Amino acid sequence: MSGLHSTLSGIGVSAGVAVGPLVIVSPPATAPSGEAPVTDPAAASVLVRDTLQAVADGYLAKAANADAHAKPILEAGAMMAGDPGLAGAIDTQLQSGTKGITNAVSAAVDEYCAMFESLGGYMAERVTDLRDVRDRTVARLLGQPEPGVPTLTTPSVLAAVDLAPAETATLTVETCLGIITSAGGPTSHTAILAAQLGIPAIVQATGILDVPFGTNVALDGGVGEIIIDPSEAEQQALADRKARREKALAAGSGRGMTKDGHPVALLANIGTAADARKAAAQDVEGVGLFRSEFLFLDRDTAPTVEEQTATYTEVLEAFGDRKVVVRTLDAGADKPLAFADLGHEENPALGRRGIRLGAVRLDLLDDQLQALANAQQATGGDLWVMAPMIATRQEARWFAEKVRAVGLPKVGVMIEVPAAALRSFDVLSEVDFASLGTNDLGQYTMAADRMQGELSALLDIWQPALLDVIYYACDGGAKTGHPVGVCGESGGDPVMALVLAGLGVASLSMAPSKVRAVRTALALHTLAQCQQMAAAARASAGPKEAREVVLSMADPIMLDLM
Amino acid sequence: MATREVAIGSSVGLHARPASIFVQAATATGLPVTIAKAGGNPVDARSILGVMALGAKNGEVVTLSAEGDGADAALDSLVALLERDLDAE
Repeated sequence: MSGLHSTLSGIGVSAGVAVGPLVIVSPPATAPSGEAPVTDPAAASVLVRDTLQAVADGYLAKAANADAHAKPILEAGAMMAGDPGLAGAIDTQLQSGTKGITNAVSAAVDEYCAMFESLGGYMAERVTDLRDVRDRTVARLLGQPEPGVPTLTTPSVLAAVDLAPAETATLTVETCLGIITSAGGPTSHTAILAAQLGIPAIVQATGILDVPFGTNVALDGGVGEIIIDPSEAEQQALADRKARREKALAAGSGRGMTKDGHPVALLANIGTAADARKAAAQDVEGVGLFRSEFLFLDRDTAPTVEEQTATYTEVLEAFGDRKVVVRTLDAGADKPLAFADLGHEENPALGRRGIRLGAVRLDLLDDQLQALANAQQATGGDLWVMAPMIATRQEARWFAEKVRAVGLPKVGVMIEVPAAALRSFDVLSEVDFASLGTNDLGQYTMAADRMQGELSALLDIWQPALLDVIYYACDGGAKTGHPVGVCGESGGDPVMALVLAGLGVASLSMAPSKVRAVRTALALHTLAQCQQMAAAARASAGPKEAREVVLSMADPIMLDLM
Repeated sequence: MATREVAIGSSVGLHARPASIFVQAATATGLPVTIAKAGGNPVDARSILGVMALGAKNGEVVTLSAEGDGADAALDSLVALLERDLDAE
């Protein structure tokens, strides 16, 4: 064995094991400190303009092969890189005589970023694009490759600080064996995407970026363990674990239920019509969350009623008589829409998002409900419609009246706001069902920003306070006789699924790749056992204790499911 | 110097796609065209970053200025462009 052998740990976010050479995504080059000031600003200006042109050409070359979604983003990048205003601002920095060439570029771009950030909304979102132009320009000026995910030629394990949506778009299970990030959290984009693709993944793995390029690494995305330069015996142990897991998973099929036959529907989370076709081919009982905002994001104008009707029809057709729960547009604040920008907000997560945006932009909500009604009539599908970010009974009633007015049969609400959970009897008296968005419910219960990786301990789905809030939400469901489901990431955790079933949750919606493990977990335990586990978890002093006590009460096969 | 005043016709204001269409048209005139909001400093109309940072909203009046041969005709065509709801097209 070489001296590299060591272990690292992080948070496992997508189960499965993998072994392969490590490829580290180049972090963006930054303008070096101590760079000598330019002595010939005119020559530097020419070099900067040539470099900006090369960056613009790079964007255009990519745009030529890009799909309809990525193309305008890349073309906008080319336009920014070729902007005469930017080149002029860099000239001003060069002429100051105090900065080196890459620092001049950085300073000029940062000025624009500060200006855009102060404008908020759509403009603030463009800052990411502008920084990408800066990073590419600085890298070229330093003679380094442009940042981003390299093309993987052999199957590899990918490591990065975190991956942006544009970077993960090209990953495939054939070449990407596993993903390890040093930042990110269980609800980060990387985690969700990896789970959807069924790629084993670990986040918050401190130290992974210090491992040399090409080193053989093994990872277990269930327990969050990474072995650098694993021995033969260690690789064998992982392979054995994988085999045991496959055997346990292969046991079940069909509807989700506990050992004693109590039903807990197993549903899929989807975002697009393509997701729907893939998910419909699998052993799931329907869709528990169709995130309809994917139809609206990254566009200049709202999709028309006809366009939306076509997409919803496609999704309903894919699922036949299985149920499909659609969440109406969940945008605003941190997911700004160019055509529905309500301006800068100091606290976007607490601002006009979800149904609060829908109430202001009634045209968007009315069009969407009309399109859903059209699709339901055309297919006769089992369509359920719910609103995001409902906080009060009055909001629930207002939404229910709108949905019923267009003739849709089933109306519900997301419970993401603790107020709605605590008053779930009131809220559920107005609607037919509710679905717990546990990611946001955790964020609002713990007052901890989901995007703040440093606070991930507070966002642990095992926080007893969050379990209490879920308990109250289910209690209102039981008293009204209206079902309460879960569509957050916690529904896909096989151990947490037992607790949720015990709390009275009627359905669990998750990435389709997680369904098998959850089905197996439920089938190993009776409802009474699940209820005992839920009570023990709520009686725990903290999240770690809660999970441990539940595992100690569970069937030992559960250890292989993680 | 030729100048024109025009109210922004695009429903989303002068950003995203409408801004990009306007900047391309301003660049195509071959003239140093500027655009300013009432009381604000003029910015280069050929700069997408400058135009977006202006943050001109629907209905807001902006002033276009240009010098050189054909400046009047160039500004007339840009005014006609800004009056339209570029986003809806």
